[in-house]
Amino acid sequence: MKPAKFDYYRPKDLPEALSLLESSGFDGKIIAGGQSLVPIMNMRLATPECLIDINGLQDLNFIESDDHVLKIGTMTRQNTVETSQLIKDQCGLVTEAVAHIGHLQTRNRGTIGGSIVHADPSAELPLVMMALNGTLHISSEDETRSVNAEDFFLTFLTTDMMPNEMLTEVHLPIWKGRVGSSFQEIARRHGDFALVAAACQLELDAHDRISDIRLALGGVEAIPLLIGDAKELLAGERLTDAALQKVADVVAGSVEPESDLHASAAYRTQLAKVLTARVVHQAYERAKG
Amino acid sequence: MSLTEINVTINGKAYAEWVEPRMLLSDFIRETCGLTGTHVGCEHGVCGACTISMDGAAVRSCLIFAVQADNREIKTVEGLACNGEMTALQKNFVECHGLQCGFCTAGILMSITDFLEKNPQPSTKEIKETLSGHLCRCTGYDGIVKAVQKTVQDNQKEVLQRS
Ligand code: FES
Ligand code: FES
Repeated sequence: MKPAKFDYYRPKDLPEALSLLESSGFDGKIIAGGQSLVPIMNMRLATPECLIDINGLQDLNFIESDDHVLKIGTMTRQNTVETSQLIKDQCGLVTEAVAHIGHLQTRNRGTIGGSIVHADPSAELPLVMMALNGTLHISSEDETRSVNAEDFFLTFLTTDMMPNEMLTEVHLPIWKGRVGSSFQEIARRHGDFALVAAACQLELDAHDRISDIRLALGGVEAIPLLIGDAKELLAGERLTDAALQKVADVVAGSVEPESDLHASAAYRTQLAKVLTARVVHQAYERAKG
Repeated sequence: MSLTEINVTINGKAYAEWVEPRMLLSDFIRETCGLTGTHVGCEHGVCGACTISMDGAAVRSCLIFAVQADNREIKTVEGLACNGEMTALQKNFVECHGLQCGFCTAGILMSITDFLEKNPQPSTKEIKETLSGHLCRCTGYDGIVKAVQKTVQDNQKEVLQRS
């Protein structure tokens, strides 16, 4: 399996990359880590005529934070994120999720931005972005803008980005106080795409009552699914078995997964239910400390 | 057909070659440089046979274009042995029956070499997680896991003896 022909460009900085992207119109494609793009090029499911390699854009390889926001550059390798103490301390959900992406050999190369813009419905990073409603910073030659994750993912492998735009960095809110999070997934084999994945982050008040909660599931719909009802169902209360059961039932009732070779819709629904209970419970226990 | 010149160091030797942008690094290593120790199984990032080390990190060479390796330092399985002496990991693969047909072996050796550098005392679970990036159709992985575990023990003994 060999890719079709393409022209190759290696811009030195962001303005050059964006101008190349602008001039190549619909025929241009950015390559970062290439761990999703190159397989589909080798299979000729994608045949971009012009490949713009941003691996040399060191300005887009960073991890920083201020008091409220964690900022990660789009070219940061997944392995760098996985081993970052800063991220672990301030947004442990990311650390936990990244460990599930592919394998050591693909995380060494794969980037944060690449995985997010690829927008596979069962991928880990889009799910985390949705769970925490991160912000995506996007640039074209003439404009920079930011979009919330809730508005970014449109459908299978499709985002709000235009062909002349590129993701430059992602921002995640840093939660303070008694915060706990959990990421779990079920896959056929370790490192495979998840059949279903679930992510939860919550905050407790001084009396162990949930004051805020975000819950999202991957692999059940065309885009990561935010369970907006979670806060209504659980906020203001301590977590009981009955409450856990209720939120799991609500999730099971609201997902409409599809059957495929790997799992039936009924099985995926069951996984969504079970994983919901597990992540909410684990996040709660972690927040209690 | 437009060609691009690249300069790559493989196992300490400099190569300057003209390549088509679409040439995979795995093909460059095997066909242009004649280093056939790196194997190619699936060519879409699933089997791990093509794993090499680029700037010290284990990566799949079928998911990188040769042009992207310009000015990079690459190590393949041929570069592991030093003056004809196999590494401890390689010797333990022989001793623990870590290979049968050997098709997957080069890739696994490259991954585990990187893995043990970053994590010198891994648990069995961590070893298995790393091996999940490699398909072996012969061994059932048991011998491979034992070879890695033995290497970890040998390294530990060596550290103890030195201290
Ligand atoms: S040949 Fe590269 S992963 Fe299979
Ligand atoms: S030894 Fe034959 S595939 Fe692993």
